[in-house]
Amino acid sequence: MSAAPYCLEVDRVHVWRGDRHVLKGTSFRLEGGELLHVWGPNGTGKTTLLRVACGLLRPEQGAVSWMGRAIHSFAADYQAALAYASHETALKSDLTALENLRFTVGLKRAVEGAELRETLAKVGVGACADLPARVLSAGQRRRVAIARVLALRAPLWLLDEPYTNLDTDGAAFMSAMLDAHVDQGGCAVVVAHHDLALGCRVRRLELSA
Amino acid sequence: MSIGAVAAMRLLLRRELTLSFRRPEQLLQPLVFFLIVTTLFPLGLSPQLSLLREMAPGVLWVAALLASLLSMDGLFKSDADDGTLEQLALSGQSLGIIVIAKTIAHWLVSGVALVVVSPVVATTLAIPIEAFPIMMLSLAMGTLTLSWLGAIGAGLTVGLRRGSVLLSLIILPLAMPLLIFGANATDRAIGGESAAGPLYFLAALCVFTTTLAPFAASTALRITLE
Repeated sequence: MSAAPYCLEVDRVHVWRGDRHVLKGTSFRLEGGELLHVWGPNGTGKTTLLRVACGLLRPEQGAVSWMGRAIHSFAADYQAALAYASHETALKSDLTALENLRFTVGLKRAVEGAELRETLAKVGVGACADLPARVLSAGQRRRVAIARVLALRAPLWLLDEPYTNLDTDGAAFMSAMLDAHVDQGGCAVVVAHHDLALGCRVRRLELSA
Repeated sequence: MSIGAVAAMRLLLRRELTLSFRRPEQLLQPLVFFLIVTTLFPLGLSPQLSLLREMAPGVLWVAALLASLLSMDGLFKSDADDGTLEQLALSGQSLGIIVIAKTIAHWLVSGVALVVVSPVVATTLAIPIEAFPIMMLSLAMGTLTLSWLGAIGAGLTVGLRRGSVLLSLIILPLAMPLLIFGANATDRAIGGESAAGPLYFLAALCVFTTTLAPFAASTALRITLE
């Protein structure tokens, strides 16, 4: 992973939601081996920024580029290179944890059930693989969502409050996972309202109202 | 690295069908509605066979239309509510493929199911057996067209809180030609006449929506995702 010059650039992005000017010329540049910690009070557009960065939301002004190219000019390839975890865990409650992973990860790359089981076990929910997501606790659901991020094997991670509902062990695992990803040359944008205890290179972006 | 469109379609279809069969009550709801409405008519009107036979095509088609509409609302809604729609949209596959897979799955569990039970309903409405093939063919094409129209409506209304009423208002006017030609085809088949004319019209509508609806619905969906 380390050879490619990963680079995510958000350049003076403006977003309005109705009358509200949510993002007012937000810019950042993130290279492989760096993590961006986005923080700030509620309602300052942290999630909006993440949605802009993954291409779900087109900004009214400004540009987002990945490795030097505007993301909307090669949306499918760009999306194949990113793993997005929203603050919802995005699991279908009627599907098992394993099926949930298979049907989302499987759309990006051919993947075997055994590998997904292994990933679930690594995140600490191996025993829940065949349980419907409906019966999992909030923390377990979060862990399954984290397993999906891992299984996508994407160079760019965009995570919205990934520490929500995690216990101490889970939070430590999450941090170790982020460290490992960034140390291997990956990029990560993490929205969190608290300090991150990470060993990797962290840059901070504060959004204010 | 990324998988092809055909493999993605197959995976998405499997996902939709698995989800449908995990919720049997939602699967049966339109069918039960269809059966109830069509069996209530003979009770409310009169058991006179000639009268029933005259009313049958209209009753059958109105019931099928409404039954199909009943399940349309949830096409994108549940995925949008739990955030999985975003994950699908970011999967690197085009939204068109997602729309096509979801709509075909919807048709398989609602439309095809209606077609399969329609002979039972037709018998209670005194439709002769000779008319069954035409009736089933027209229903199959009609429900597929409806599923496509519904996909556009559902894509437009998925972001709204009370979207289902608006969805009916959007779809029902567009579904009028289906009702007219579908009922006419069934009527002609009952009378022993050639139903080729209305069937061609139904087939044309079916092809028209099949080719254009995926574009319209995925554009609608893209707008609502923002």
